[in-house]
Amino acid sequence: MSQRVFVFLVAFVALVTLPYWMTGVYYVNVASQILFYAIFALGLNVLAGYGGLVSLGHAGLFGVTAYATGYMLQLGYGHSISIIAALIIGVVAMAIYAVLSLRSTGIGFIMITLALGEILWGLAYRWISLTGGDNGLSLKTRPEPFGFSLAEANTFYYATLVVFLLSLAAMTIFVRSPLGAALMGTRDQPRRMTALGYHVWAIRFYACMFSGLFTAVSAILFVYYTQFISPQTLALTSSAEVLLMVISGGAGTLLGPIVGSALVVVVKTVVSGFLERWNFLLGAIFVAIVILMPEGLVPGSARLWRMAWRKRARRTSPVPGGAEAKP
Amino acid sequence: MSALTVTNLCKSFGGLHVTTNVNLNVEPGERRLIIGPNGAGKTTLFNLITGELTPDSGSVELLGQDITNIPSRRRAHLGMARTYQIITLFGRDTIIHNVTLALLGLSPARWNPLIDLKRQGHFVEHAQAALERVGLGHIASRPLAQTSYGERRRVEIAMALTQNPKVLLLDEPFAGLSIDERRDVHQLLLAIPRDVTIVMIEHNMDVALEFAERITLLHFGEVIVEGNRAEVVADPRTREVYLGH
Repeated sequence: MSQRVFVFLVAFVALVTLPYWMTGVYYVNVASQILFYAIFALGLNVLAGYGGLVSLGHAGLFGVTAYATGYMLQLGYGHSISIIAALIIGVVAMAIYAVLSLRSTGIGFIMITLALGEILWGLAYRWISLTGGDNGLSLKTRPEPFGFSLAEANTFYYATLVVFLLSLAAMTIFVRSPLGAALMGTRDQPRRMTALGYHVWAIRFYACMFSGLFTAVSAILFVYYTQFISPQTLALTSSAEVLLMVISGGAGTLLGPIVGSALVVVVKTVVSGFLERWNFLLGAIFVAIVILMPEGLVPGSARLWRMAWRKRARRTSPVPGGAEAKP
Repeated sequence: MSALTVTNLCKSFGGLHVTTNVNLNVEPGERRLIIGPNGAGKTTLFNLITGELTPDSGSVELLGQDITNIPSRRRAHLGMARTYQIITLFGRDTIIHNVTLALLGLSPARWNPLIDLKRQGHFVEHAQAALERVGLGHIASRPLAQTSYGERRRVEIAMALTQNPKVLLLDEPFAGLSIDERRDVHQLLLAIPRDVTIVMIEHNMDVALEFAERITLLHFGEVIVEGNRAEVVADPRTREVYLGH
């Protein structure tokens, strides 16, 4: 337990001091990307990991919020009003998604979310008067909360870090709560949950709302980071990418989506600078993960760590099987 | 007032009539056994009573209240609990978490996204007490994956009992158990107080006959024989379709 606290403390200090030891604005920006994609992945993880509901349309929701922010700003509204409106629009879009797609689970759920994501992508592409079509929307400025300008890479990083830590705290509380336990119950035994008195549909709907909120928050950070939004963001590949973050890191764990986000963002941005065929590398990494640790990087590493530790304990223990006898 | 009344219940899957005009009247505190050959519609009848299936016609009453159109999850709140023939538990979790989920299902706290479930003392205590009752208190924190089949059967029963049901539906609670485990579960069922009405499906005649007061024999979705233990066992139709000669 104390070991875990220590690791978290080290990670926390490393994240807070990152702009001081990380050389170059470029890498600070990469860190910002990792953090807001991690929020996105955490949001999808609520459904794909804890709820057993795999969505392939989350990039559509992400895009709706990003476009809403850009459009509100273009209409001349301030940053705070634009952000709040975009959050509401993002969550309402998720509610519509949920009502339509929660009619089924499994493959049905995947296909309906996929179709909805494609519809939104098509709208972004074709509804030129609203979205600017292929040209996308540009954002001229970043907000200045409490007088801190987020125009610099460092200040934007810290703003993202604060939102990320708040999101992670909220997710931790949710996962340990009765509603979180109920959601995992509906994933494993929906029939039994109904017989025990749970409203399975409503639990899944609330999970969708929570997931939608995380998606919207990360989309706002994204759109302020790039200061640009185009239909590409809503494409199926974006949905697949964030799902791969969740699955590669470990679906249904708190740390998995964060590690997955780091993996995908680093390969996509940093490694792609050295390697033209970075897509190939990313694919190879995923194949390796699926073969070596199908449960994802975080639970898989934990399993290997435990195995190695047990092996060592057995070797040093004088009595055969002594390791098992320990409490 | 009866604990459970089923009136003219019918259910077909396409052309297959799995439940045909079934009438059932179970008095409060009664121990009712439902028997019948494979495919007689016993589990379907349970699914109709708990609301997992919707009947084509007929009605189900729980303690005098018509629950035919009440969704399955509400029936749990009205005092109906069941166990499954095929064990249906939360395999990734510990034993005590399984029982806690059963407790939580009837509590308004199940909607709460803010509190830490493991720190809710009353849930932990109640779940522990339910496990003591079925003799699993000493392994409460064991992951379900590391338990035996017989222990899982008892977890099923603990989950049903912890909801304080008025009507308890047991679907083959002795299936797949060893002789020792069967005796344990039998003791457990005998210890359930009389304010709980029990309806049980079971093939295992030596334990089931001893337990039951009244017996209903189903065959091709119809009630063929109903009566007390001696009447049903002595009935020639029982010998013909079920017990054999």
